[in-house]
Amino acid sequence: MLLVENINVYYGAIHALKGVSVEVKEGEIVTLIGANGAGKSTTLRTISGMLKPKTGKILFEGQDIAGMAAQNIVKLGLSQVPEGRRIFANMSVLENLELGAYIRNDSKEIKEDLEKIFKRFPRLAERKTQMAGTLSGGEQQMLAMGRAMMSRPRILLLDEPSMGLAPLLVKEIFSIIQDINATGTTILLVEQNAHMALSIAHKAYVLETGRISLSGTAKELAASEEVRKAYLGA
Amino acid sequence: MDSSSFLMQFAQQLINGVSLGSIYALIALGYTMVYGTIKLINFAHGDVYMVGAYIGFFATTVLGLGFLPALLLAMVGAGILGMFIERAAYRPLRNAPKIAVLITAIGVSLFLEYGSMLLVTPQPRTFPAVLSSTPIHIGGLIINSQQVLILGVSLFLMVVLTYVVNYTKLGKAMRAVSFDTDTARLMGIDVDKVISYTFAVGSALAAAAGVLVGVYYNSIDPLMGIMPGLKAFVAAVLGGIGVIPGAMLGGVLMGVIEALVSGFISSTFRDAAAFGILIIILLFKPAGLLGKNIREKV
Ligand SMILES: Nc1ncnc2c1ncn2[C@@H]1O[C@H](COP(=O)(O)OP(=O)(O)OP(=O)(O)O)[C@@H](O)[C@H]1O
Ligand SMILES: [Mg+2]
Repeated sequence: MLLVENINVYYGAIHALKGVSVEVKEGEIVTLIGANGAGKSTTLRTISGMLKPKTGKILFEGQDIAGMAAQNIVKLGLSQVPEGRRIFANMSVLENLELGAYIRNDSKEIKEDLEKIFKRFPRLAERKTQMAGTLSGGEQQMLAMGRAMMSRPRILLLDEPSMGLAPLLVKEIFSIIQDINATGTTILLVEQNAHMALSIAHKAYVLETGRISLSGTAKELAASEEVRKAYLGA
Repeated sequence: MDSSSFLMQFAQQLINGVSLGSIYALIALGYTMVYGTIKLINFAHGDVYMVGAYIGFFATTVLGLGFLPALLLAMVGAGILGMFIERAAYRPLRNAPKIAVLITAIGVSLFLEYGSMLLVTPQPRTFPAVLSSTPIHIGGLIINSQQVLILGVSLFLMVVLTYVVNYTKLGKAMRAVSFDTDTARLMGIDVDKVISYTFAVGSALAAAAGVLVGVYYNSIDPLMGIMPGLKAFVAAVLGGIGVIPGAMLGGVLMGVIEALVSGFISSTFRDAAAFGILIIILLFKPAGLLGKNIREKV
């Protein structure tokens, strides 16, 4: 479904991604783990069109989307929950979700999807008209996820959804991710919480200073000595 | 001056101030909307107001149109001009340093001012009396029918704008781009298009102000945009730059202060006093009256 082939990405003179390749098959949860500054966000931002790779290909359902404008990539069915949630703080919860459905014009189905989101996140339903900036961190994460789902993506990219959340909430968020996946959305998950990420993923990649250093099934990586030492604190 | 004639005079200046202020408000909206989306003080905005007045002038004199069609034509014409300015002058500099864009804006402003002089001569033109001016007496107060028109048109435009910004898809996209451009892009919003529409809307409102001023003061000239442009900019800052209701409030306040100062102190002193009061307000509320900093929780 998504095939990232040997991309090189620069920030000015900084060579942030050095030949990164990632493959996500339809229906999978694939996770990308790595330390601070490894290039995880850069990878996601390049896939979603916010950055342009200097070389390399990004094939989404066979079409090369490398360098395509971000707003057009969303229309193909690829949606991203950015790092730090990036909700529209000065707008209501409902308006945030409506913006998630910006590319759609089927107002009846948008309404139905809103109901689905509110069913999945009852805490958002209670706060429909509340300014999004006044939500708690966990609620903001749910809103960011709900907002991304409103575009009906075929693949959802999540950048550190557990960031800054209490353990109980992290569990809740991860079970929602599994649930979203079970209802037919492919997932590419970036995480620092390697333990949680590996526990729900099918496949995993380890990113180290702009390079993929390891890859395999999530089980294999969770069992590997290197990953256990570096990322699981064992 | 006894107290009742003082009150009368006060009320009269208030009326004058509000109608003048609603003109400032219309111009200030363009400053604030553009600033809100691309963080640029569009110094050419006052000149777009001037071009709007000229389109209105030629629409009534050459084309023989009535007030409303001329107003509409001016708004559409200036809207297209605004989009063109953004496309040609500002968009190529989207990632350039702020100062480069600012200098470009001053360049566009000078281009419009002196280009207009070349095109339509620097001579002031007498705006035709497209609407009769009948004084309406209410008690001891005099309201000019043109003041009623100014108020009516401005109020109508501001209500429409408020509706568009708050309840339409375009309005939500504008607010999203203004708050966080990158994330707006992730929603599938074509940011360039939204910026272009923002210029169109702001320029159309300025053109409406230009035509209203033409009707009210009867005289227009190629440099007429400088002072009102400056005042409207200050009004936008006073209300809280980037905040739409702030521009409306700031504009009206600016007009009222100006009218009160010229009514009670002296009209030569008018601008100095008005700006002085604004500076004092800004000392106490640096973000402007309605300006606020919402911080995202991380
Ligand atoms: N806008 C930028 N300009 C210059 N360098 C950048 C920029 N954004 C990121 N970098 C650099 O690129 C590298 C990769 O950053 P990236 O944000 O992708 O890391 P990350 O793996 O997501 O880290 P974290 O876990 O802290 O979010 C880092 O060295 C970072 O300093
Ligand atoms: Mg990151």
